[in-house]
Amino acid sequence: MSPPLLEVRDLVKKYATVTAVDGISLGVEDGICLGLLGPNGAGKTTSIEIMEGILAPTSGEVLYRGEPLGQRFKEEAGILFQKTALQDFLTVRQSLNMFRGLYTKGLSVDEVVRLCALEKLEKRDTRKLSGGQQQRLLLAIALVNDPTLLFLDEPTTGLDPQARRNFWDLVQSIKQRRKTIILTTHYMDEAELLCDEIAIIDRGRIIARGAPRRLLREHFAEVLLELPRQEFPAAARTLPLKLIEASDRVEITTNDLDSTLRVLMDARVPLNDLRIRPPNLEDLFLELTGKELRA
Amino acid sequence: MKRLVAVWHARNLEFLRDRSTLIFSLVLPLALIIGMSFVLGGKGRPLFKVGVLAPAVDTQAHPFLSELYVDFVPVTDEADAVRKVSRHSLDLLVDVRQPVRYWVNPSSPKGYIIEKLLLETDRDAHRQPVSGEAIRYIDWLFPGILGMNLMFSCLFGVGYVVLRYRKTGFLKRLHATPLTAFEFLTAQVLSRLALTLLVTTMLYVGIASIIGFHSAGNMLLLVGLMVLGALSMIALGLTIAARFSSEELVGGLLNLLTWPMMLLSGVWFSLEGSPQWVQWVAQVFPLTHLLEAARAVMLDGAGVAAITPDLLYLAFTTIAFLAFGAWSFRWRVE
Repeated sequence: MSPPLLEVRDLVKKYATVTAVDGISLGVEDGICLGLLGPNGAGKTTSIEIMEGILAPTSGEVLYRGEPLGQRFKEEAGILFQKTALQDFLTVRQSLNMFRGLYTKGLSVDEVVRLCALEKLEKRDTRKLSGGQQQRLLLAIALVNDPTLLFLDEPTTGLDPQARRNFWDLVQSIKQRRKTIILTTHYMDEAELLCDEIAIIDRGRIIARGAPRRLLREHFAEVLLELPRQEFPAAARTLPLKLIEASDRVEITTNDLDSTLRVLMDARVPLNDLRIRPPNLEDLFLELTGKELRA
Repeated sequence: MKRLVAVWHARNLEFLRDRSTLIFSLVLPLALIIGMSFVLGGKGRPLFKVGVLAPAVDTQAHPFLSELYVDFVPVTDEADAVRKVSRHSLDLLVDVRQPVRYWVNPSSPKGYIIEKLLLETDRDAHRQPVSGEAIRYIDWLFPGILGMNLMFSCLFGVGYVVLRYRKTGFLKRLHATPLTAFEFLTAQVLSRLALTLLVTTMLYVGIASIIGFHSAGNMLLLVGLMVLGALSMIALGLTIAARFSSEELVGGLLNLLTWPMMLLSGVWFSLEGSPQWVQWVAQVFPLTHLLEAARAVMLDGAGVAAITPDLLYLAFTTIAFLAFGAWSFRWRVE
């Protein structure tokens, strides 16, 4: 059996007072999009930077095609960091030319320009790009070597909704080219849309891993009722219900909607703002950690 | 006022907590004070430097030797001392044995004044012709100006650019590519080298045509020397920029290098007669070797053989600084 494209074994990263990564192990198969999902400070970026070979782990190892990260990995990996500044005074095309020159193999600059819809921006100074345009350029730079493995670290953080949607379209078109993608995000909609598999990270550890739908099925055989927190009477908190309190709402999971609604009505809980919906990854995170993703 | 104090306080905290910069801010002025006290200190900086043809200077031998603000340096090799007068390393050379003789470069402003002082104490002193072509002070200064410009361009040009690349995360992005530290540093060296050579050539042509200067030596050799000097200086700048991420610290370190070089490498005045250890320290600086070799080529028409030790030193420091820079190089802010 051939080894996974990328394999991470017992990764630990300690700083003076903090353990950012606390024993992460995972394998990434060829052609999938794996999402590392977790709140800010969970250890996502530290983990992905160790996998990228940018940061040295305190202990543990990362293997690419069964071998420690080396020159072959650098030739075949594409990386989009959370934050990158480019050289001043260079145009979009000049920046792409520079990065293309660093690899032995790859796509032509024209091709990545087309792929990332940068045709109209080719001659623009990179400092004059909007947030969304800048991310598209950085993605194009990550693609110049036609990578086998693509790392995207919180690629849509700070983008407006339209730019995020455009970026997702781009990532989906890259997925169709059978690229393996490792993506970190704290947006559950992004993970649900783009990822074939997710690993939920909290306090430097993976606390759940699998396909998003399978994970939701495993943890929620029920539907989810949502009520505004300020309208939920204190006395009702002792009701015999499976109840989780988030910052602005109270969530009740049940597989018997009728009897749950009856209990709430008997307790005179106002139901005008009641929402009933299927659970999502955010609920899963809340269920697993008792914390909200965007906290 | 409250806002001003709040910002002032926060900036002070930032400065005090940046330990490396703080320590450095204290070290630089201290080093400058110590350096200046040795170079310019003592009983007041002598205004003139006079060679005395004798194994030791005996102030009783002649009233001229008791003049204040004159640094009397004993010399034994007459021909060499006369050459130094012609090259502005000595303002005047005097032999106080009877009949008293002296040598002065007619184009030296300081020589003109010190000659008047000598004649004030001894009207019968005989002026001797300075053998060989006497060099104008401006000609002597010219290689110093070229070298100083080259030093600033190389050290600051490279130092701050690499620092900025590191701070903005551009270096981290490059680290994710197959590019090695050595390749990156070499590219920086070559880019700065081309620019520095262009500027130095423009400066040379411009100043030489204004002051009517003609190099006595081979121009190709001079270009080769400038290339090596620039390489050594750029590599030195890279050792500073290789790992730090604080502008204050890098700026301070660059100042710590450039100031002593400007004072001790003989840009403005010759170190003739300075304490021996100051001359030894000066020999550590690449700029000293660049200037000594450049003056030898430009003023004396020296060939490769005469400046080989300087060329070797510049080549050695280039390799040593580059190796150290590549070894200590950091792609990201730590």
